[in-house]
Amino acid sequence: MRDYSLLGEDGRRAVESGLAAAQWYHTDVPRKEMKALMQRSDAPAIRDTLMLYGAMVLLAAAGIALWPSWWSAPFWMAYGVLYGSAMDSRWHECGHGTAFRTAWMNTVVYDIASFMMMRNPATWRWSHARHHTDTYVVGRDPEIAVMRPPEMARLIGNLFGLFDVRAALGRMLYNAVLGVHPEEKTFVPESEWPKVVRAARVHLSIYAAVLALALAMHSIVPLMVIGLPRLYGAWHHVMTGLLQHGGLADNVTDHRLNSRTVLMNPVSRFIYWNMNYHVEHHMFPMVPYHALPKLHAAIRHDLPAPTRSIRAGYAEMWPVWMRQLRGEEVFLKRDLPATARPYREDFHAAALGTTQ
Amino acid sequence: MTDWIHACDTSDIDEEDVMRWDHGGRTFALYHSPDGEFFCTDGLCSHEQVHLAGGLVIDHLIECPKHNGQFDYRTGEAKRAPACVNLATYPVKVDAGRVLVQV
Repeated sequence: MRDYSLLGEDGRRAVESGLAAAQWYHTDVPRKEMKALMQRSDAPAIRDTLMLYGAMVLLAAAGIALWPSWWSAPFWMAYGVLYGSAMDSRWHECGHGTAFRTAWMNTVVYDIASFMMMRNPATWRWSHARHHTDTYVVGRDPEIAVMRPPEMARLIGNLFGLFDVRAALGRMLYNAVLGVHPEEKTFVPESEWPKVVRAARVHLSIYAAVLALALAMHSIVPLMVIGLPRLYGAWHHVMTGLLQHGGLADNVTDHRLNSRTVLMNPVSRFIYWNMNYHVEHHMFPMVPYHALPKLHAAIRHDLPAPTRSIRAGYAEMWPVWMRQLRGEEVFLKRDLPATARPYREDFHAAALGTTQ
Repeated sequence: MTDWIHACDTSDIDEEDVMRWDHGGRTFALYHSPDGEFFCTDGLCSHEQVHLAGGLVIDHLIECPKHNGQFDYRTGEAKRAPACVNLATYPVKVDAGRVLVQV
C-alpha cells in the first residue's frame, strides 16, 4: 500500500534511495536550438489573455442578461469552462513565469488565476516546484492527481470540483486562521509563510464579500460569476489534467515513462495552453507554451509516440485504473523508440518492461 | 591575493548567453550580457543544485532550467521564487579577448 503523505514512510524511503531530488533524463538538444525555443515573448500571451478575458466578460454579460431563463445556460457553461478550467493552465504557465516575457504580467495573471482556481498563490508555487523536482514520486510529489488505487468517486466528483473545492476552502480557512499546514511546511520555506497567510485572508475576504452580495441581492448571480464556476466549469481541466500522468509509472526519473503527450483539438489546446505536450513541458519547463509544438517536433524521435486523442488517452487509462482498483500492481509501460537512449535502468526496469 | 584564471575566450559565449566553467573541483556559470560585459556566479542554483548553464539569459537575469527561479547574475541576487538564496559572484575582467575570473 502506497503512503502518499508527504510526512510518511514512502517519502522517507524516496529520500534514502536517491529517488527524491534526483537527476532526470533530458533529450539532447543543441544549445542554440534550445535557446531559441526558450525565448520569451509577450505577444502570444497578451493576445490569448485578451481573447480569454474578453470572452469571459461577454459570456458573463449574456448569462446575466438572460438570467433566470434557461437560455442563459449555454453562456454560463462556456463562461464556467474559461473560469474553472482555462484559469488552471494560466495559473500553471504564469507560475512558471514563461507565458509572458514581462514579469509583472505573469504575476498579475498568476494571482487572478490562483484566486479563481481557489489555490493559494504562495503555497501552490512551491507545491508545483516540488512536482517538477519529484514528479510522481510517492510521498514527495504533492500534486499526484491519480493515486493507486485510484479513488474513482474523487476523480468523478472533481469533474465538478466537489472534492477539490471542499479541500481548497478548508485549507483557505486553515491558512487564514491557523497559519501554514504542517504538510505545507515540508515544501514551503519559512520565509514564504507570511505570504501564504496573507493570500488566504485576501481570498477568503473576497469570497465572503461575494457571498454577502448574493445574500443581500437574494440572488445566486454574483456566485455564478465568482466562485461557482470553479465547480460547474472544472470538468475540462480535470479531463485534460488526468491525462498528464494517469495510469503511467510512478517512482521513476524519466518523464517519458511517467508523463503523457496527447494530440488535441485546437479549442482544448487554447483552454489548456498547450500543456497536452506534457512530456516536453516536464523535460524542459523553461520552454513557453507557445513553443511547445516546436519542441515536440525537435525531440519526438526520443519520446514515446504521442497519444492520438483525449478519447485514446482514456481508452488506455481506464482498464489500468480498473485493474489497480482490484489491487493489481499494474501501470502502462511506455515503448521508447529504438533510437531513444535508455536511462537509469536500476530505477526503471519495471517501467520499461525489462522485468516481470 | 587570488590569481586571475583564464576561464574562456570572449568568443566562446554568445551575447545574452551562459556557459559552464569547472575549475578546482568547483563549478561556475559564466555570462555574456547583452551589453557585452562578462560575469561569473556559482554554477548551481541555490534552490535545488541544478546547473544554471542550461538556463536562459534574459537581459541581466539567469533563469534556472528546472524550476524557473531567476537571479540577477551581476549581483547574484535571487529575483524570483523558488530561488530565495543569493548566488555568490566572482570578479571578472577581459584582457585581449580572454575572460579572466578571480575565484
